Amino acid sequence: MYFSNIFAFLFLISSTLFGQTEPTDSTTKSAVIEAHTGEEDAHGEAEAFNPGKMMMEHIADEHDWHFATSGHTHYSIPLPCIVWNKGGFTVFSSTRFKNEHHEEIAYEGLKLEEGKIVAEDGSFVLDLSITKNVASLLISVILLLVVFFTIAKSYKERIGKAPSGLQSAFEPIIIFIRDEVAKTNIGEKHYRRFMPYLLTVFFFILFNNMLGLLPGSANVTGNIAITLVLAVIAFFVTNLSAKSTYWGHIFAMPGVPKWLLILLTPVEIIGIFMKPISLMIRLFANITAGHLILLSLIALIFIFKSIGVAAIAVPFSVFMNLIEILVAFLQAYIFTVLVSTYIGAAVEEAHH
Amino acid sequence: MLVSILEPALGLIIWQLVIFGVLFFILAKFAWKPIMSALQEREASIDDALSLAAKTRQEMTDLKAGNEKLIAEARAERDRVLKEAKEAGDSMIARAKADAQKAGAEEIEKARAAFNQEKTNAVASLRKETAKLSLEIAEKILRTQLSDRTAQETLVSSLLADAKLN
Repeated sequence: MYFSNIFAFLFLISSTLFGQTEPTDSTTKSAVIEAHTGEEDAHGEAEAFNPGKMMMEHIADEHDWHFATSGHTHYSIPLPCIVWNKGGFTVFSSTRFKNEHHEEIAYEGLKLEEGKIVAEDGSFVLDLSITKNVASLLISVILLLVVFFTIAKSYKERIGKAPSGLQSAFEPIIIFIRDEVAKTNIGEKHYRRFMPYLLTVFFFILFNNMLGLLPGSANVTGNIAITLVLAVIAFFVTNLSAKSTYWGHIFAMPGVPKWLLILLTPVEIIGIFMKPISLMIRLFANITAGHLILLSLIALIFIFKSIGVAAIAVPFSVFMNLIEILVAFLQAYIFTVLVSTYIGAAVEEAHH
Repeated sequence: MLVSILEPALGLIIWQLVIFGVLFFILAKFAWKPIMSALQEREASIDDALSLAAKTRQEMTDLKAGNEKLIAEARAERDRVLKEAKEAGDSMIARAKADAQKAGAEEIEKARAAFNQEKTNAVASLRKETAKLSLEIAEKILRTQLSDRTAQETLVSSLLADAKLN
């Protein structure tokens, strides 16, 4: 409950941060706002609130870490852009794509098009930038390493003693994954060698789900590229550890008439690919949907341009955030359970 | 816009592959390996301790049962020894008593026989002495008495009187 309180609190802060009438910002940055007053008049109706655009911007990846916009002041951290184009790497700050008036401009023949770096002449661009998602990934990796190195250290130091602190917080989860996920689905004989993979996947998804709930954070596990990689890894882990029984069930299902195999074998082959694809879409869709619901609730306040709506939207989004914490655990668990059942089916010995 | 979130970005795929791969290898080597082995060791030691406790408990009950049996045996032994000792003592006393009685009776018998013998001897010798003494007295009396005639006659008459009386 401690964590959920923090999240709820942070969320409340974030709801005010999103608001464009945040008092402290307007006073401290008044000079900037004044400087752009003329422009604001000129833009007029073009500045109208577009909830769809706002939500997509929050869900999609971006080249700078944008937290909030107050008037014409953008609160964002510029991130490094690493671009391979025309046989060479270019490394520069993401601020290069904006001029002093925050208008998008081209830099060295490259420009941002709907959040993507493209070459002005249309040549191939490999964008290896540290985007918001990559930065968030790195933060989650640092967090994972710090947490689990601390735990591993306590295990080494406290041999034969009861767990304490962080160790006792995570031990039930680790034991749960080992006993309820790996042992039950993979089996006593093979589960041991898949434990590192299953634990890494579970905690990677869990930590990134949780980080994604923080206001202003990146939507890492709700990004299709991330879930795609997780699914591809799951595909290789499953199929590379598969025994002859598994392939036998796919290409020549035992106990099925020969003519039916013409139908069954293609279905089974599609199944090999559908399993990881379902993993990819499930995680992506669940996390993105959660973010969309939260963003929609907040958007309501700005659509109706009324603080009164906040009286309903804010408690409801707090409630949604609590549900999202549950979803964060649930999706990490589901992904791990499904991968372990796929592995279990792959390493299963022939029935006698 | 919706398409852009459904379109996996190549750069992010590469980063995710690299980051997840590195994360996996580091965690597997430096975190999961010690954690899993520590958990396993601890569980093994707990299992050992539990089975040892159960074994010890069994041994304790066995020992207790053994002790009780031993105590009961010792008690029975003691009772038996006491009983035997008592019996032995009783029989010894009885035998001693019988022996003593027998010996006493024998002694008494012997004493009595000796006494009877002595008595007979004494009587015999007394009789002899008396007879001798009587003869001497009679001789002396006769000597003195029969020195005169009258006395002799008196004596003979008295003897005769006596003989008549008898």
